[in-house]
Amino acid sequence: MKTATIPVNRNHSLTFRELWRYILKRRYLYLMCIPGLAYLIIFRYIPMYGITMAFQDFSFKKGIFGSPFNNFSNFTQLFSSEIFYNVLSNSLFLSVSRLVITFPIPILLALLLNEIKTVKYKKVAQTFMYLPHFISWVVLGGILTNFLSMDDGLINILVENITGEKINFLGSAEWFRTVIIGSNIWKEAGWGTIIYLAGLSAINPEYYEAATVDGANRWQRLLHITLPGLADTIVVMLILAVGGIMNNGFEQIYLFQNPMNISVSQVFETYTYQIGIVGGRYSYSTAVELFKSVIAAVLLFSTNKLANKIRGHSIY
Amino acid sequence: MSMKTKKKASIRIGWDDITLSGLSYFITGFFAIICVIPFLYVITYSISPYEEFLKHPFRIIPRVFSGSAYKMAFNYQYIWSGYANTIFISFFGTFLSMILLVLTAYPLTKKDMKGRKAIMTLWVITMFFGGGMIPNYFLIRSLGLLNNLWSMILPGLLGAYNLILMINYIRGLPISIEEAALIDGANDAQVLFRVVLPLCLPILATLGLFTVVGYWNSYFNAIIYLTKRNLWPLQLVLREIVFESASNEMQQGMAAEERVTPPFILKMASIVIATLPIMCVYPFLQKYFMRGLVLGGVKE
Repeated sequence: MKTATIPVNRNHSLTFRELWRYILKRRYLYLMCIPGLAYLIIFRYIPMYGITMAFQDFSFKKGIFGSPFNNFSNFTQLFSSEIFYNVLSNSLFLSVSRLVITFPIPILLALLLNEIKTVKYKKVAQTFMYLPHFISWVVLGGILTNFLSMDDGLINILVENITGEKINFLGSAEWFRTVIIGSNIWKEAGWGTIIYLAGLSAINPEYYEAATVDGANRWQRLLHITLPGLADTIVVMLILAVGGIMNNGFEQIYLFQNPMNISVSQVFETYTYQIGIVGGRYSYSTAVELFKSVIAAVLLFSTNKLANKIRGHSIY
Repeated sequence: MSMKTKKKASIRIGWDDITLSGLSYFITGFFAIICVIPFLYVITYSISPYEEFLKHPFRIIPRVFSGSAYKMAFNYQYIWSGYANTIFISFFGTFLSMILLVLTAYPLTKKDMKGRKAIMTLWVITMFFGGGMIPNYFLIRSLGLLNNLWSMILPGLLGAYNLILMINYIRGLPISIEEAALIDGANDAQVLFRVVLPLCLPILATLGLFTVVGYWNSYFNAIIYLTKRNLWPLQLVLREIVFESASNEMQQGMAAEERVTPPFILKMASIVIATLPIMCVYPFLQKYFMRGLVLGGVKE
């Protein structure tokens, strides 16, 4: 039996009139969108157009619309330059070793914090651990360069007392990565525990009770209930961290970079700054940055998709 | 009866308790102390006289007090301009950022709004890809914002990440309130400002505090866009003082007898000056961000 249905124009595209009526009806919503869209277009999308510089023989006088296109010659030059491979290996080596070393630490700290029953101790410890996250890299760099300096640095005085020699932490290529990764741990490991602590608090306490009744000791409970309960969070965070492997962060590296460690400290961000802003080779540096951003974008996008699959839903 | 048995079982302490608890207390305590000691060290030497530092470079609690380091620091004119610039950037920037955040997020929470998906996609793309250093530089240049404090505020005014947090938060609010307002005849703007906005204050406080810290600590934009020293934010001034290689300017401003590599205590005082406001805000941050991240409803 056919029932009369009111034709609802839900899946078909609206006629212009219907669309206009809708916009008028909810005009405030659309008005609200305008500042955001303006910001988006001006500060995010217009610079994206500037990427055409990478394919040009950019000349300042002619500007972006007048400079001649040289197709991929910037890139052929890039891939045949030795410095490029040095920068590439520096970037990857640094970010991969940073990932490997710093990833487990917040997890470990969170697991241990979770085992602490004295609430006051836990709160105080957390307050102390989050503190370094809020200072700037300049402040951290300032503190660290003074601690590690060859002349009067605290740490070098200690080292001299133990080994009789001072270590050139700041001015040698061998120690650069250690300093960067170490300072990264100090600054961010405490803060990184937050997400894992949230995950830990979501584990069903009934599992713990059941295990205790079954006779499990605390180590066994840690291994068989806590860790698996955190597994999802860990995997998601790991995937997201891998997605960011091309990024090293300008601010931290730039402060510790100097002519003596430049062979290992030159990463994409600082290299682009060096040849682009300082050196004025606009199209070439745009090409360098484009290379890095495209790879980073592909990585970020695919890892985000993967992470969403595991979460079971998208965050957007 | 099972309650009694459970209680008994949890009171008995075994080796596993001792080892695990001991380990947790020790390691977390150790890490927490390491996090705090550099701060104590910096504060100590910022309020000690220089001779104290030369004699005892290992203290973390000050014995002799002197305000000489702070006197020197506040005599440097760029500290004052640095403070003014940074305060302007941080507070104005955060204020605008929060306004933009609310305005942009609210329409995107309406699943039935036409065009929502398109706008959302535009925002999500910015999470993965951007213009880059040089194109941004040219943009700021074309806008005439070189050597203008707005170049510190505008480029990072709203990030997709904050936007998503905000959208999820608003979606988590009870829908009945909005519906009630709509039934009473309110239009979308009134619903936003009268009903939704007051409910968003917790998350705005959280995100706002984080945004302030972000603006306060940033220095990269200043390096590229601000060449005039009197426009430098505090972080750049600090970098000049603390990283010795660039401290000549300061010495030229000092009398001849003071012209010496900035003494250690001066650097310590400058560091305290640059970070003190953030540290003062920190206790409030503590209260908010633990709650805020959970309220955001996103496990991220």
